[in-house]
Amino acid sequence: MIDTARIRQEFPILSRQVHGKSLVYLDNAATTQKPRQVIAALTRYYSQYNANIHRGIHALAEEATAAYEAVRVQAAQFLGAASEREIVFTRNATESINLFAYTWGRAHLTAGDQILLTEMEHHANLVPWQLVAKATGATLAFIPLTADGQLELKALDQLLSARTKVVALTHMSNVLGTVNPVAEIARKAHAQGAVVLIDAAQSAPHLPINVQQLGGDVLVLSAHKMLGPTGVGVLWARQALLESMEPFLGGGEMISDVQLTSSTWNEVPWKFEAGTPNISGVIAFGEALAYLQRLGMPEVAAHEQQLTRYAIAQLQQLGHLTIYGPTQPGVARGSAVSFNLDGLHPHDVGTVLDAEGVAVRAGHHCAKPLMRRLGVPATVRASFYLYNTPAEVDRLIAALKIVRAFFNRPSRIHA
Amino acid sequence: MLDQVEALYREVILDHYKNSSHHGELPKAQIKAEGTNPLCGDEMIFYVQLQGDRIDKVRFQGKGCAISQAAASMLAGELEGKSLGQAQQLIQAMKAMMRGEALPAPVTLGELEALAGVRQFPVRVKCAALSWNVVEQGLQQQRGAHGHQ
Repeated sequence: MIDTARIRQEFPILSRQVHGKSLVYLDNAATTQKPRQVIAALTRYYSQYNANIHRGIHALAEEATAAYEAVRVQAAQFLGAASEREIVFTRNATESINLFAYTWGRAHLTAGDQILLTEMEHHANLVPWQLVAKATGATLAFIPLTADGQLELKALDQLLSARTKVVALTHMSNVLGTVNPVAEIARKAHAQGAVVLIDAAQSAPHLPINVQQLGGDVLVLSAHKMLGPTGVGVLWARQALLESMEPFLGGGEMISDVQLTSSTWNEVPWKFEAGTPNISGVIAFGEALAYLQRLGMPEVAAHEQQLTRYAIAQLQQLGHLTIYGPTQPGVARGSAVSFNLDGLHPHDVGTVLDAEGVAVRAGHHCAKPLMRRLGVPATVRASFYLYNTPAEVDRLIAALKIVRAFFNRPSRIHA
Repeated sequence: MLDQVEALYREVILDHYKNSSHHGELPKAQIKAEGTNPLCGDEMIFYVQLQGDRIDKVRFQGKGCAISQAAASMLAGELEGKSLGQAQQLIQAMKAMMRGEALPAPVTLGELEALAGVRQFPVRVKCAALSWNVVEQGLQQQRGAHGHQ
């Protein structure tokens, strides 16, 4: 069981006021708040052992290098990777996808090859593939959605063929909350010889992740969506796959030897970490991973499942709204809940919620094709994390009632 | 409820949002301009029907929030009866208001005055501005097509 009362004391920002009301932070799918352990790790690095890594021969550089590389081991354990050599640190999940799409995609895709995505992808898992498709002549295909926002798996067998070279899909939709059966899809994709990339930006913060069980070849995530600082992402890929890839960015650290006109590459994963990385951020991300491991990811998932079920039930009781994504109790889903109140635009709803101290996201959530598929310009999205409580769901519902009363107040002008 | 939110959604704004008399299409309009707000997905089409140099009728079609739709409705109403030059002045005045600058002297904003509260919400300024940006673009096309003014 997650003890939210104790946990909340460890997140300084959760005690602040917004517009004179205590903050209800329900925008966790965008970024999560940080516990004081993560914030302290940043300060500790800069005040006690700030140094560049991998090259100094002084004490500070050794301490910084050891702390940075220790997080690689931690991340490998967190994800169930075979080795820390499979963990590449990037800026974010977006950069991780771009790295893979650019280096692997341009080397392996040719005209007529198929890149298979889904209709629910974040722009981060669409645009990099559009760029690769344009450069190589490969075509894009998409697994369609069912009416309640799940993948239409019946279509998968028809879409997959020997032409399918890569299947890239989200593990958990940042809009619908849908959890996709990536293991089953990976098995089918592998049967056709395709490589499978899993976008775990939304799932890794909320569910136990084991890359062996998920069965993909590449997995990406962003530290800031899982208690860590901004500016740190992870690319996990099987070591043989990483070794077969050309570098993404060139510069210091990623080389073995440099002549004036040619160079040889460092070993993986350092081959993909050109230039000074986000040292403080990676080290603080280690504290975030440790925090999640202390709580236990199964416990985090159970807490959020309960909270999400409660939120959906309360929203349904409120009525006169549409929830996008699975709502049946038996269907796997994450804690991002998108909805629209009848007759009200999400931006208007979001502005009034903010005045009530409730922070949600209102917009297209970087998933414009999905918005078109749903037939809406945008949605309101409440997304929960380990520190959220049923009382905060109640605050959201109460604020939504205020929104409705506010916009439905009788006009005195033409009355 | 915050005072600023009340000021943002003044009654006249909600009234225009819910019951716009300028919503629709003008098939014979000389000026048709459209635009979108990529940040929020709002879409806006303006139809401006001229009689000589004077704006006779304005209609709009759009999807978006209360601010964007009310701004479109009020702008359409204020544009009718104005010359093309006066329309351009009105647009400049709205831009000045959103920047918190003094209005150019002779311009009256009419109902558009109700949008003053939007300035307190920087992320919502673009919602209101979509309308006059679209109309301004239409006026420029008209000037380009006729090679005068």
